[in-house]
Amino acid sequence: MTKDLRILVVDDEPAIRRFLRASLNAQGYQVIEAQTGHGALELFRRNTPDVVVLDLGLPDGDGLDVIKDLRESGSAAPIIVLSSRTDEAGKVRALDLGADDYVTKPFGVEELLARLRAALRHRLQQQGEKPVFKSGDLTVDLVRRIVTVRGGDVKLSPREYDLLRILVMHAGKVLTHRFILHEVWGTETDVQYLRIYIRALRQKIEADPDRPQLIVTEQGVGYRLRAAD
Amino acid sequence: MNDDRADRDLRPSPEALLEQSGRESRGRLKVFLGAAPGVGKTYEMLNQGRQRRLEGVDAVIGVVETHGRIETDRLTKGFEIIPKKRLSYKGRVLAEMDIDAILQRRPKVVLVDELAHTNVPGSRHPKRYLDVQEILEAGIDVYTTLNVQHLESLNDVVARITRIRVRETVPDSILDRADDVELVDLTPEDLIQRLKEGKVYVPEQARRAVQHYFMPGNLTALRELALRRTAQRVDEQMVNYMRAHAIQGPWEASERVLVSVGKRPGAAALVRYGRRLADRLRASWTAIYVETSAAQRLSENERDRIAEALRVAERLGGEAVTIPASTVADGLIEYAQNNNFTHIVVASVRRPRWLELIRPSAAHEIIRRAGDLSIHVVPEEKPRTKDKEEAPRAAASPWKAEPFVGSVGMVAVALAIGLVLQQSLAVSNIALVFITCVLVSAITYGRWPALFASFVSVLAYNFFFLPPLYKFTISDRENVVALFFFALVAVIVSNLMARVRDQVMTARERAKVTEDLYLFSRKLAGIVSLDDLLWATVYQIAAMLKVRVVLLLPDGDGVSVRAGYPPEDLLDDADLAAARWAWEHSRAAGRGADTLPGAKRLFLPMRTGRGTIGIIGLDNDRPGPILSPDQRRLLDALSDQAALAVERVNLVQDIDRAKLTAETERLRSALLTSISHDLRTPLASILGSATSLKAYHGQIDEKAQDELIATIQDESERLNRFINNLLDMTRLESGAISVRAEATDLADVIGSALRRASKVLSTHRVKVDMMPELPMPRLDAVLLEQVIFNLLDNAAKYAPGNSEVCVKALSDGVFVRVEVTDEGEGIPPGDLERIFDKFYRVHAADRRRAGTGLGLAICRGFIEAMGGTITAANRTDKPGAVFTVALPIEATVPHESVA
Repeated sequence: MTKDLRILVVDDEPAIRRFLRASLNAQGYQVIEAQTGHGALELFRRNTPDVVVLDLGLPDGDGLDVIKDLRESGSAAPIIVLSSRTDEAGKVRALDLGADDYVTKPFGVEELLARLRAALRHRLQQQGEKPVFKSGDLTVDLVRRIVTVRGGDVKLSPREYDLLRILVMHAGKVLTHRFILHEVWGTETDVQYLRIYIRALRQKIEADPDRPQLIVTEQGVGYRLRAAD
Repeated sequence: MNDDRADRDLRPSPEALLEQSGRESRGRLKVFLGAAPGVGKTYEMLNQGRQRRLEGVDAVIGVVETHGRIETDRLTKGFEIIPKKRLSYKGRVLAEMDIDAILQRRPKVVLVDELAHTNVPGSRHPKRYLDVQEILEAGIDVYTTLNVQHLESLNDVVARITRIRVRETVPDSILDRADDVELVDLTPEDLIQRLKEGKVYVPEQARRAVQHYFMPGNLTALRELALRRTAQRVDEQMVNYMRAHAIQGPWEASERVLVSVGKRPGAAALVRYGRRLADRLRASWTAIYVETSAAQRLSENERDRIAEALRVAERLGGEAVTIPASTVADGLIEYAQNNNFTHIVVASVRRPRWLELIRPSAAHEIIRRAGDLSIHVVPEEKPRTKDKEEAPRAAASPWKAEPFVGSVGMVAVALAIGLVLQQSLAVSNIALVFITCVLVSAITYGRWPALFASFVSVLAYNFFFLPPLYKFTISDRENVVALFFFALVAVIVSNLMARVRDQVMTARERAKVTEDLYLFSRKLAGIVSLDDLLWATVYQIAAMLKVRVVLLLPDGDGVSVRAGYPPEDLLDDADLAAARWAWEHSRAAGRGADTLPGAKRLFLPMRTGRGTIGIIGLDNDRPGPILSPDQRRLLDALSDQAALAVERVNLVQDIDRAKLTAETERLRSALLTSISHDLRTPLASILGSATSLKAYHGQIDEKAQDELIATIQDESERLNRFINNLLDMTRLESGAISVRAEATDLADVIGSALRRASKVLSTHRVKVDMMPELPMPRLDAVLLEQVIFNLLDNAAKYAPGNSEVCVKALSDGVFVRVEVTDEGEGIPPGDLERIFDKFYRVHAADRRRAGTGLGLAICRGFIEAMGGTITAANRTDKPGAVFTVALPIEATVPHESVA
């Protein structure tokens, strides 16, 4: 299924492009490469790749601008950001601008490919949304609004359910605080509310709420629900 | 006792709330007040202390005198008693309450008997109530006992009733600020009964007075005083409560009492009268001293009395002010009217009626002009002992003969003029010449020489001009009258002129002080360094007040001397203790103050709105108080200005420090970004390539596999270079670079550097140009190779591929030079010096991979360690940069290692 997928890799470090090309080719993706933001936009217009792997620290400007331009041009192609920065603010901004996920340098190539698959699956899922979501012990029936953990029904408050639904709809993807707050509360509320609801949700669906396996905290960025099985 | 009763809106008054909040952190003071000794205050205090102990409260005894009374003694059982401190004074060992031990022990409640007790000289405070205040400030509750006769404001009254004056007094403010006052009451009959049974302790020396003191009439009066004082306190508490809770009170009119303080002995008693009056009226009150030109002629004693009266006023909770005016009545009336006073208290002066007619006393004058003001004329207290040193102040300054000689000289001149003029002038007119001379000497020399000149003039006029000539007799009756008026006019003129002169001098002195203050503030404004500022301050204070000055600023946990005039670095222990106390409590301490008066100097806090910023210490060789009230005010003005200036300098330093911190912070974050980027980029390539190989080696073709392995190798080397640079930099900064200089072949060093750089320069054309027969300079080959490698690496980064990189070596006999030239874009002129700074990178327009920002910094460090220089320049023939290393051939390595 991946045979015809084209991946645009944007990075100024030849060494990084080299191993990405090797690995992605090995997995059957087609790879096109750009060194600068300009080049990336140019290639994108010509080749309409299915996924973009983008380094945030580009020589001719910020990778953030590339995300903005791509999204403004109406492209919905998943964007995975590579960042050697430790600054959470940059990641949050990238995600808020429309990037789908991020990987922090240095990273193992499997990690990147896993994120890439999750992002692609998410696109496919949106096209034909499955009514029942399953991940580990958790099952969520989005049509009947029923949540079960290890077979037992779980009672959620309306707000908790809304929160879980948003996470399920983007399972495997990191969601920023801002995004979740906007989707669930409708307004930019205090992140503190979110923390409280996440804790309540974990109490109900995690086997060990102190070591959550389903709802994972991305420190300083947001939360990620384990991808569907 | 405050003056904002006019503020009658329904909010709690701020100062009432402040007073309440101030009490929260302080310990609570409970006073057991008694009318006379023997009523059982100590007993009651111990009883209540015991009660608290039974409730589980940590109550200890600080000091209790049981005087061997069994019932009282029994009550002290079970208490922890803080041991007294032994102090030797004049060969005797005396025991006093140990305040330090109490502060260290930190009980919840401490029992302190005899609040009015006077401590042995050499104790921290001269009075026990001051000890108690410090204990309270430390947050410890105090129970204490007090007889009503010891209260400052009642001192006179009690003395009048009992004819025994108690020297040990306690300011009324202590009682006013006590949280609880409990009256220990006993009827006079019961007390006399107890006295007869020997249950009242009477000191040996008071035995004789006892019979009089314990008369039923006296005891009744004392009891009434104590009851009244307690009642008044209850009243005040109610008023305070009502104010704090915004209850509108019955205090309709805002009464204000003004007490006029003079030089006469009863001044302090007058102040106490004023305080009692103000208490009865629930009025605020102020003691005032009106300074007239007569102030110039006051004796030391009189000055002290005025200062003491003003101090008493402050102790009793009043305000103290000094104002200048031409007469006492003028100043008083004007001040009272401008500040809405309703009552004036003045002393009546006993003096003959005829004098009152000629020159009415201030009291009379005030009554005459009082208008709406109520005037209280209080009989002057008879001096108990005659003041010995009543000599006017003028006598204190040595008597000088010159003014008198000068006056006589002027008379002689007048005489000479008179003798010349008598040819053409009537004799009676010649008197005018003499009057003129009296006038001149009054202006020049003041009152006494002028009067002397009058006298001499009268004699001379008589002797030389009135017949019979050259005799002191007068024949003509008309001339007797003329001479009489001549003498009268001379005396009046000399008096008038002398008064004018005094006023002029007073005005001049004030103008001088104002001028000095102005100049001082101008001077301070121009000073930027703290040391200069402190020096200017001590010098100014020393010069204006004629004292020795030290200035102390905070230093770690205490204060230390920062400036002195005359210069002084060290204080003895007593002084240092006083200075420290003044600093910690922000109050005066040392000589003449209430705390640690044994110190040599007086220490005063320098304050600004933000708190105490330092301490000024003063001393002089004169006995008595160091500063007069005038000088004290002047010092306050000086020290306020200086304090503000010190604060300003401190603020400037704070800002500088903040800037520096921000700069360091910026550098640190740049360093962090740089290092994390430079470490992570090669690592990302290595990790990515390695994981690719591991996960997909079956699916990757052979060529790509080789590429990945090569990437791992290259990037590892890059990482290694970076780490080496970091380590070199660290070694340079920690001074751990040691230079091993030996005769070195430059060609060899350049060759090995080029070999190491061959990989980074693989796309460049490298040209080497060595001067033949180069000398062999003494240097460290390892360091130089690193420098040349870094320069080549740099060239490779900034110059495009296929351009030429040239290494040139030459010698001029003194220096050898190595030049590395590239064909890149060159260096922006503004960056030529900064490129050698750590973490500085030239940002090329296309943001091509920049270096670590360390390479050139390391080059400079190494080259300077070898005694050479490194410079950067742009090529003149075409675009490109030239880096030139110059090393002395006879290398004089400056140090074994560089810091």
